Amino acid sequence: MNKSNLKMKSNDHHIVSHIILILACITIIYPFCVIIGASFQSPADLAEHGYRMIPKEFSLEAYKMIFQTSGQLLNSYKVTLIVTLLGTILATTLTTSYAYVISRPTYRYRKILSFYVFFTMLFNGGLVANYLWLSGTLNLKNTYAVLILPLCVSPWNIIMMKGFMMGLPSSLPEAAKVDGASELKIFTRIVLPCSLPGVATITLFYALGYWNDWYTGMIYIDGNDLVCLQLLLQRIIKDIDFLNSAEAMSTGMNTGKELPTVSARMAMCILAAGPMLLIFPFFQKYFRTGITIGSVKG
Amino acid sequence: MKSVTKQSKWTRQIKREGKYFIKNLDLTLLALPTIIIIFIFSYIPMYGLVLPFKDYKVGLGFWKSPWCGFKNFEYLFNGADVLRATRNTVLYNIAFIIIGTIASIAVALMLYNLGKKAVKIYQTILFVPYFVSWVIVSYVVLAMLDMNYGVFNEIIKVFGGEKIMWYNEPKYWPFIITFMNIWKFTGYNAVVYLAALMSIDTTLYEVADIEGATKWQKTRYISLAGIKSMIIMLTIMKVGQIFSGDFGLFYNVPINSSLLYPTTDILNTFTYRALMNMGDTGMSSAATLYQSLAGFILVMITNYITSKLDSESALF
Repeated sequence: MNKSNLKMKSNDHHIVSHIILILACITIIYPFCVIIGASFQSPADLAEHGYRMIPKEFSLEAYKMIFQTSGQLLNSYKVTLIVTLLGTILATTLTTSYAYVISRPTYRYRKILSFYVFFTMLFNGGLVANYLWLSGTLNLKNTYAVLILPLCVSPWNIIMMKGFMMGLPSSLPEAAKVDGASELKIFTRIVLPCSLPGVATITLFYALGYWNDWYTGMIYIDGNDLVCLQLLLQRIIKDIDFLNSAEAMSTGMNTGKELPTVSARMAMCILAAGPMLLIFPFFQKYFRTGITIGSVKG
Repeated sequence: MKSVTKQSKWTRQIKREGKYFIKNLDLTLLALPTIIIIFIFSYIPMYGLVLPFKDYKVGLGFWKSPWCGFKNFEYLFNGADVLRATRNTVLYNIAFIIIGTIASIAVALMLYNLGKKAVKIYQTILFVPYFVSWVIVSYVVLAMLDMNYGVFNEIIKVFGGEKIMWYNEPKYWPFIITFMNIWKFTGYNAVVYLAALMSIDTTLYEVADIEGATKWQKTRYISLAGIKSMIIMLTIMKVGQIFSGDFGLFYNVPINSSLLYPTTDILNTFTYRALMNMGDTGMSSAATLYQSLAGFILVMITNYITSKLDSESALF
């Protein structure tokens, strides 16, 4: 009697938890469903019912309009892919090699170089100095370099990677050293393969960072050539006519015709963000590893 | 005589250092590219900490521009905008810290107490907002709040109400901004706390069961007690950042609508506008320095207080 009562109680707890968590999940998923639905709505349907998860009047006009003038979208995909790919490779290389060096207990300048990184977490020069330095002195405005280099060393990732490497048994590199292997060889042949889970995590952190970066572009990129996906989306939401004028200009269409601009904006969001949104959750495991390492070391 | 031995001591020291340097050279070379990148992109811009004391002229550059004392700061604090931005930054961050921490711990505890299978699905979905940028979030908010087509106004219309001009009325935004911040980060933070909960020794719960502890007692004295130092540590770190807002959230989600500045303008967006729209390097850099100094002092104070209360949880 008593026991079943207890069980009931704990099930009640679980039901409440389930309800709360399901509601939380709905607030996350529902808006995305509305964005998808809205991208398929016809202008008339939109005017009548507003954004809907399930369109009353199904229409592909918005996607047609985007694919007729897909130059900018394709170009932005190209920019984002180049930046993400090059940036992630460079960032991972720089981060792991530095982390390896400061994780070696026998290295004389270990402490100085650790502090060298830590200090940048405490102080930074701020927007003005960065802007004047990068765009004025270094003349990096409107280049791929400015989209890649400022983001390629993250102190958090270095510290996380260092923690991971210090957790490895130190006997392996020492044995290799005795056998006469060079440091570069120990790093690439022994330590790196042993830290693959950690490397995978920081690679994903960097990839996500580059993929989602709109801030650097907003400050250092003018014109349309080097506009990445996120920046494109930001420009479209700030100025709905951005799509309209691009359309009108490229097809010579008279602007009097009713264009599915509002749906096209949502369709653009789906086309630009959708693929990554589907891919990244599969890598969640590695992000969780990263969080766990970070929280233990932090 | 004495000076000679001293000198030879010095040369020996230098020789020894040189030997060490050569012995460690291969590792130093391996780290060198990263050292250079950090120097160029983090250390050189630190001249920005001195910049507000200069009357910066583009033509003259940093070195030749004349010093101007605290003039930029006077100029900055004479305007009402910076005070409003400071108030917004601090109040929002306090709301984020309190509500966000409670929400994340609550979700973590719920996930911890539920079965493994359900947790996986919930975790996957709750983690999604962490993967999307604030630009995408601004589309999410627009889908709900768009003044002509948004879901909220459609619902109001169905019930016969007057539609609300969300992007023109500042009074709604404290709730919207706070909600979106919780929306984006609760999943991530819950996973952080969940990882800490997982590391609690499960025999404690078994002992508590034998002793006849209630569910609440177990949560209070085992689960929460077990992650207490982590809660304190994360909170200190967030309190230290109380003067720095999330630019992405405050710039993108209100779509930089100037009508909403009374409740959405924070120090970071203020600094950005001062530089990009007004080209005012003096005021912008002064605001940045003011912001980092205030933050730095706050970290010191909170850390001091924590070290008095619970020396183990303090950061340094």
